[in-house]
Amino acid sequence: MMPIPWRVAERWDETADTFTVALEPSRPGEPPGFKPGQFNMLYAFGAGESALSISGDPSLPGRRLHTVRKVGTVTSALARLRPGDQVGLRGPFGTSWPMTDLKGRDLIFVAGGIGLAPLRPAIYHALRFRADYGSIRILVGARSPADLLYAAELANWQEIPGVFREVTVDRGTAAWNGHVGVVTKLIPPLPLDPGNSAALICGPEIMMRYTATALREKGLPAAAIHVTMERNMKCALAHCGHCQIGPHFICREGPVYPLDRIAFWLTQREV
Amino acid sequence: MSPPSVQSILERDRLQDLFDVLHRRGYTVIGPTVRDRAIVCEALRAASDLPEGWEDVPEAGSYRLRRRPDKALFGFTVPTNSWKEWLHPKRLKLLGAGRDGEGNLHFTPGDDAEPPKLAFLGARSCELHAIAIQDRVFLGGTFVDPHYAKRRANVLIIATNCGRAGGTCFCVSMNTGPSVDGRRTPFDLSLTELLDDSGHRFLLEAGSQTGTALLDELPVREVTTRELRAARTLLDNTASQMGRSLETQGLAETMLQNLDHPRWQQVADRCLNCANCTMVCPTCFCTTVEDVTSLTGDHAERWRRWDSCFNLDFTWMHGGPARQSARSRYRQWLTHKLATWHEQFGSSGCVGCGRCISWCPVGIDLTEEARALRAP
Repeated sequence: MMPIPWRVAERWDETADTFTVALEPSRPGEPPGFKPGQFNMLYAFGAGESALSISGDPSLPGRRLHTVRKVGTVTSALARLRPGDQVGLRGPFGTSWPMTDLKGRDLIFVAGGIGLAPLRPAIYHALRFRADYGSIRILVGARSPADLLYAAELANWQEIPGVFREVTVDRGTAAWNGHVGVVTKLIPPLPLDPGNSAALICGPEIMMRYTATALREKGLPAAAIHVTMERNMKCALAHCGHCQIGPHFICREGPVYPLDRIAFWLTQREV
Repeated sequence: MSPPSVQSILERDRLQDLFDVLHRRGYTVIGPTVRDRAIVCEALRAASDLPEGWEDVPEAGSYRLRRRPDKALFGFTVPTNSWKEWLHPKRLKLLGAGRDGEGNLHFTPGDDAEPPKLAFLGARSCELHAIAIQDRVFLGGTFVDPHYAKRRANVLIIATNCGRAGGTCFCVSMNTGPSVDGRRTPFDLSLTELLDDSGHRFLLEAGSQTGTALLDELPVREVTTRELRAARTLLDNTASQMGRSLETQGLAETMLQNLDHPRWQQVADRCLNCANCTMVCPTCFCTTVEDVTSLTGDHAERWRRWDSCFNLDFTWMHGGPARQSARSRYRQWLTHKLATWHEQFGSSGCVGCGRCISWCPVGIDLTEEARALRAP
């Protein structure tokens, strides 16, 4: 599948090691839409391709945001992009957060670090169709206050009625007077209606595992818990084999799963 | 519609006619020949390239050729390389990319040439099953691999029944041989080599319209009842000669219930992580990509090449590989092949050809490993 050139409209830093690129199609015509939780394959000229979740607003498909952490060759090449440069884009791929099925429910978003990026399109969706959902809780864990992604936006969301936000950091600073510790610690004191809530979780696998356990202890059924998986991906077409966990091709059956479908594999080591 | 069934006899000394007919129709014949003391598949010019009077002796961690007492052309079991080389090339250019002065990107298709018409001569039943499995991988999912699709569409299959089983063969266990069955794995022509006191000849059977047309162009004669019986006896004998066996009943469940079995560590202690098994496996399909750039920096290419789940960087993510230990990588390969493959593609990923056993430098035998996992 050939990539299509998209133009970098804007690029800004989010934290010390993360940045966001806003892409727009370089060809005229209606850009393909995407669903919250889906990902694109972004090609940086000469460096290669990376599977990157979409972190922008699904109601603005012509402005494709990707928040990226600089960790390897491709993401470092993407970090050097400037407005006017082009990237190759294939996608969107994969499953999405089941926003339609979740209508009428209280939503609990739990993010670890850059895990907030793939959740943000779902948060945008829930806020845009606010009346479709009950309360919205956004629980975020970051390494330090400076590593907190979308800090200003989180503060703004807090002002919306029925939206509740909690942030915890691994290491505080002198100025930090919020929670310190892992994000799973925010769950036990949470008042929630287990029969009418749904959780959307994104973070490192170990964080998702413990978060799911904490939510299960609050009475949330496994089918109401959704996680998004990550693996090395080369093709996004279920052909290259890299993203497999057990029988799952994460690029095709994932990345978003109801917990009951992936729980067995999420609890195995080195699969 | 069932395929037409036409059976005829072609004498050994007219086998070149088959090559001539195929060449006239524009086919390159890919078939077995002896190279570097092994039987390999490659482009053949004539019937004289076939491995006359040779047979292979595959064993765990060992592969030898030896002379046969007769002049059989297909007296070996399977070639060392598999047909996937032609359908799913080792290296393939995916795209070219150019960047102009304004930073605009232009993409050009990498693999846009019309593939050659290939006639696979000598594909065994297990290998036809392997091709059918890769068909499901590349053509049967959400996305079709266009590179595989166009090669596959240009292939003519002359299947060959096995007159002998090797020490590492277990197609009977996998229900993939030794006789080719056109209802399960379609072919154009099938060939059974008959060599006895009455002479050296081939029983040919058409399995498609093309196969029937080929038969019409060949100097064939009618088959006798005696010859049909001889062919049947030959295949029954082969089926009883399997050097290995694998109990598949309940195997997938057993393996997935035993992901922490001590055997995984024991096999990992022997495994060199060399990836040989995945390279010779006719169903292994994994690939990676390589990006190359010109010295001027304004042209780049993206290439796809075979990869293996035994490579450490296969599961590389920020922070390291998901499967760090040799134990986890061997476990991934074997559980994928024999267990999770069923859920993904509706069959086992193993066809019982035995290549991974003979080409393992330390002689790891997957039938033995699967058996050991059944023991508590």
